[in-house]
Amino acid sequence: MRLLAALMIFLCIPVAWAGQTYTPKLDIGKGGQCVEDPQSMRKNHMHRLKHQRDETVHKGIRDDKYSLKNCIECHASTRDDSVIGRADSFCEGCHRYEAVKIDCFECHSSKRKTVLGKRE
Amino acid sequence: MSDTNVQRRQFLKTSVGAAAVAIAPGMLLFDMAHGKSEAVSSKVRWGMLIDTANCADGCNDCVTACNKENGLSGGLSPTDSQWIRKVELKDMRSGREVSLPMMCQHCEHPPCVDVCPTGASFKRADGIVLVDKHICIGCRYCMMACPYKARSFVHEPLHDQKPDVPRGKGTVESCTMCVHRVDNGQQPACAEACPNKSILFGNLNDPDSEISRKIRTVASTQVRADLGLNTGIRYQGI
Repeated sequence: MRLLAALMIFLCIPVAWAGQTYTPKLDIGKGGQCVEDPQSMRKNHMHRLKHQRDETVHKGIRDDKYSLKNCIECHASTRDDSVIGRADSFCEGCHRYEAVKIDCFECHSSKRKTVLGKRE
Repeated sequence: MSDTNVQRRQFLKTSVGAAAVAIAPGMLLFDMAHGKSEAVSSKVRWGMLIDTANCADGCNDCVTACNKENGLSGGLSPTDSQWIRKVELKDMRSGREVSLPMMCQHCEHPPCVDVCPTGASFKRADGIVLVDKHICIGCRYCMMACPYKARSFVHEPLHDQKPDVPRGKGTVESCTMCVHRVDNGQQPACAEACPNKSILFGNLNDPDSEISRKIRTVASTQVRADLGLNTGIRYQGI
């Protein structure tokens, strides 16, 4: 019986460790209600963006629900109005953690348009 | 019919009317806020008619407006992007001088699309010729194929691009006829900026549009019409 209890405690230790793993702390910008639930966005945002980009470039469908601009409009940091550039930036935070390179912002603006508009 | 019935009918009529009045502007605003959700169609063909008689010698306003709208540097070195340039022509015999803006001619049969090995260079259903920079590998065949020297290659990394005009190193780019503005019902930046209104933008497929009516009544030519590309940009007075 004592052996079983010891075994149970031993098995629980890694679970407790796993609970404390590092997860990126993100500056979510304005935040609020997203276009889909967060879990589905975490998993599928790249597919939605890719689908939307082809629709927009080739067919001129500028429905902005799943557009990159719409993402940035809400999620750019309220401090520097960008989704990249810092360890806790909305896009870069997760992408650094997952070690996935983001190509988007080599061409696309990472800043929200409303701020860019004001600056001009 | 009983009195209650009439009253009920009246009530229903007014409430449906009130609901429609309440919902309609919301729907309209929703449509406006969420952009255009239908695809462009070949019923429209966007084009321009450029009146060279009004195009002032030395005026560069269309070029400046293009650079500002699309976030181009405006530099003139061989590695700087130029989407539109002013060209001065002189007939050596008569001495007649003409000034005109030259940019992507948005051909019906674009050579740049024919030669593109990846399908990045394409013509939209409404006649606007574009580069899908997600697919472009930067081989620059299209630049060689274009008879109008309209395309540029981005040689250096860029920063602070316009949100509506993504541009990046390693891809080819050219005049997009301000596709982001056209899709929102606006005119291209050059047409809007021209102080003499010598760039007329419109739908070539609509016989009642201003551009179609003008093309029917005045003599206009396509540059290098001998190539049979049927350009979307036409010039008057050359």
